[in-house]
Amino acid sequence: MSATAETLLPFDDVLAAFDPALGLEVHVELNTATKMFCGCSTVFGGEPNTQVCPTCLGLPGAMPVVNGKAVESAIRIGLALNCRIAEWCRFARKNYFYPDMPKNFQTSQYDEPICFDGWMDVEVDGETFRVEIERAHMEEDTGKSTHVGGATGRIHGADYSLVDYNRAGIPLIEIVTKPIVGAGERAPEVARAYVQQLRELIVALGVSEARMDQGNLRADVNLSLAPKGSDVLGTRTETKNVNSFRSVERAVRFEMQRHAAILQGGGSILQETRHWHEDTGITTSGREKSDAEDYRYFPEPDLVPVAPSPEWVEELRGTLPENPTQRRARLQAEWGFSDLEMRDTVGAGALGLVEETIAAGASPQAARKWWLSDLARRANDTGVEIGELGVSPAQVAAVQALVDAGSLNDKLARQVFDGLVAGEGTPEEIVAARGLAIVSDDGALTAAVDAAIAANPDVAAKIRDGKVAAAGALIGAVMKEMRGQADAGRVRELILERLA
Amino acid sequence: MSAPLIRRSAAELADALASGETTSVALTQAHLDRIAEVDGPVHAFLHVDAEGALAAAEASDARRAAGSPASALDGVPIAVKDVLATEGLPTTCGSRILEGWIPPYDATVVARLKAAGLPILGKTNMDEFAMGSSTEHSAYGPTRNPWDLERIPGGSGGGSAAALAAFEAPLALGTDTGGSIRQPGAVTGTVGVKPTYGAVSRYGLVAMANSLDQVGPVTRTVLDAALLQELVGGHDPLDSTSIADPLPSLVDAARQGAGGDLAGLRVGVIRELSGEGYQDGVLARFQHGVDLLVAAGAEVVEVSCPSFVHALATYYLIMPCEVSSNLAKFDAMRYGLRVQPEGIASPSAEEVMRASRDAGFGDEVKRRIVLGTYALSSGYYDAYYGTAQRVRTLIKGDFDAAFGQVDVLVSPTSPTTAFKLGEKLDDPLAMYLNDLATIPANLAGVPGLSLPAGLADDTGLPVGFQVLAPVMADDRVYRVGAALEAALESEWGGPLLAQAPALEGAAR
Repeated sequence: MSATAETLLPFDDVLAAFDPALGLEVHVELNTATKMFCGCSTVFGGEPNTQVCPTCLGLPGAMPVVNGKAVESAIRIGLALNCRIAEWCRFARKNYFYPDMPKNFQTSQYDEPICFDGWMDVEVDGETFRVEIERAHMEEDTGKSTHVGGATGRIHGADYSLVDYNRAGIPLIEIVTKPIVGAGERAPEVARAYVQQLRELIVALGVSEARMDQGNLRADVNLSLAPKGSDVLGTRTETKNVNSFRSVERAVRFEMQRHAAILQGGGSILQETRHWHEDTGITTSGREKSDAEDYRYFPEPDLVPVAPSPEWVEELRGTLPENPTQRRARLQAEWGFSDLEMRDTVGAGALGLVEETIAAGASPQAARKWWLSDLARRANDTGVEIGELGVSPAQVAAVQALVDAGSLNDKLARQVFDGLVAGEGTPEEIVAARGLAIVSDDGALTAAVDAAIAANPDVAAKIRDGKVAAAGALIGAVMKEMRGQADAGRVRELILERLA
Repeated sequence: MSAPLIRRSAAELADALASGETTSVALTQAHLDRIAEVDGPVHAFLHVDAEGALAAAEASDARRAAGSPASALDGVPIAVKDVLATEGLPTTCGSRILEGWIPPYDATVVARLKAAGLPILGKTNMDEFAMGSSTEHSAYGPTRNPWDLERIPGGSGGGSAAALAAFEAPLALGTDTGGSIRQPGAVTGTVGVKPTYGAVSRYGLVAMANSLDQVGPVTRTVLDAALLQELVGGHDPLDSTSIADPLPSLVDAARQGAGGDLAGLRVGVIRELSGEGYQDGVLARFQHGVDLLVAAGAEVVEVSCPSFVHALATYYLIMPCEVSSNLAKFDAMRYGLRVQPEGIASPSAEEVMRASRDAGFGDEVKRRIVLGTYALSSGYYDAYYGTAQRVRTLIKGDFDAAFGQVDVLVSPTSPTTAFKLGEKLDDPLAMYLNDLATIPANLAGVPGLSLPAGLADDTGLPVGFQVLAPVMADDRVYRVGAALEAALESEWGGPLLAQAPALEGAAR
């Protein structure tokens, strides 16, 4: 497979001839205090190889002990995904050699996942798709390799590689869907919405930081095409580490177009791993899936089976947050949003942000307005997730409070958001530093009004003649003079007073 | 109590320390001297830590002088098989690939020895990664049997057993995956116990086959073994497979057994573990042992464990599967031997791994890695690993059925007495047959003890008598072992090892 010059079929042509089948594997890094099988800290960002011990370094003789909190998180995720919880399950060794794997096997689960047979309803533009969950299982993360030298940043061609084992042994939950068929043209959006809503669920459960940019949540996208009407799945490709919602959608779309072009040209799809390139929006061939990838799974003999009691599972069920469908219905009613407003909010991935903004004191309409207009546009323009702009719900609420108090108008507020995105400080600091507060001093305003009247005698005459609508031109001149830092209503009042 | 210090049992040494007859420094030094004298030809030790042992002995004497010994065995020195991690002391597992590796931590059993005040004399030789029945697979040269230096001391724990038989240590720790404590015990005339799986922590034991491995005592008397197992055993939160519930008192059982009364005890002789393949001299000594049990009041019946005939095949599937995965970590990336491949200017990590593993592992280790990798491969897993696990369940079932009829099972420990060095080195299957009688206990997790049953008429070499009991009933093997030991020693007029050839003068 050449890495360049992929031929793509136009998206509409893909759908005319093929039905896509999707599969998503999402790795969620849990936020437990300690690692999956030892007592080492999981805090992110420590000096390399300072959060390690004989067990997570895989030293000869060391043994694993299961982190009970990780099992609890796994069960809660499973329950929230409507899964069945195994009464008895084991860990298994996935054997392969790689320098960032301390034992050269990963302790994972194979044919006995702790959670299985679940589903999640995903909404796309008001339409509900039921995504069936095959399994959610526990495993440990690997160390992190940094390849130094060479052009690609990959191991091949590197001069040397550094390995940080702080990440080795961090608990992961891998959530695997069954093939999602029937989404048709919506497949890219369904993929995105699934990951987005899964993230919301994880956040609501409080089991992970769920930051895609920090790799707390990593998505692998499987895609295959079948000739329209066929019920046999085509050969799939697995696109690894697609690390934003937007990229999930783009990667699905790209792979659909790429597969279709190959199939229509009489070719066949190679079953392989592909790499997603965020910058160019394409996938390139990784390693071929072949006999070489025989992981020789067998049950981990150093661990006893995990057997959660039904009582414990029921107790954990009682700790689940509201299910997403119920939650959306409740919030829509509380906020008084129309169906369209609600759909847009969910679609933008802003439900949680809007909720937190309202909780911080903003009105529902104001919260929605800022997130879905100004902030969504900024996110889209810069290609980052809306939640990762650097603007928090509390800040949005603070800006709105300044608007409500008459200290800012909407135009000035947008400048405050500029400052927030640029990391200039709190809204109050930005208002002060940028000198954005509305001038409420009538003396300064009156001087500007008088100057505007003097400069526009024709307009002033019209107003004196009762053509009040002409005041707009003078208001504009005053606002310009005041660099926007005036309350337009008050300016109007002053103009009409002067020319009465 | 006029016997030289090195010829006494650990229990006797503990008494001598308690009475003030000797000090830990004196008896630690006595053993270090003995090691210096005889270990050249015997080669039981891979590493001797004279300085550390004497420092620990001094600390022990200070505790005793202050009236607060840390345990009953405080001050009694011990040797440790080189497969157990010892902080600050080399741990090679008998392999080149770990040459120079010094663990940064102690195995739980080693930590318990230290906490109890036992000076550690050093690390004992073994077949590489515990794979073998003769200690000839050690990368550092074989250990020799103190009864006949031309013969093997058994394996994989030949070093620990030979150290006891040569009076280089009064106690040792071994590990037993398929017989590596019991078979060396049998061929060196010493006592070895494989406890119930999970009765002793495996944390810090460099795994050969995790589901089969167990740490246990290597001693000269049954009572010493009970003292040592009680000291190192018990639940360990660092080993998920360790058993939370305490065992019945093993020392009490050994003392009770030494009284010699086995009235009411039901003993089963395992039909499948005798006859063809067993040396006549071994069978004769074994039968004599059974007769003594009858004389002590036990009721003896023959029981059949039909699945035991498949034990060896089952073991040689399950064990290599686990081996192939366990030994993957030895890749030259983090510790141990690193070999640069020849003829490659800037080798990749994978090429360094390959060259290091090729140079660092011996043939027997490679053989088992290949076997296990093959057996776990896609398409073969169910036929090999899956079937082996099902047979393992049948073997457990045979034990369950047998223990429904009898309290303990008995058999010869090993089919033959010690063979000559090199005799079976080129015939892996012949080597594997040494563990025919010991493997079923590992597959089922039950405890097993081997004690000296006398010298075979045909070879004049030691024969081992094996006692097996149900899971968690380790006390029974100690009771029966101590009773038989007492009966035999009264016939011999002392320990069997008193008949061993003197090694004095063998020093180089």
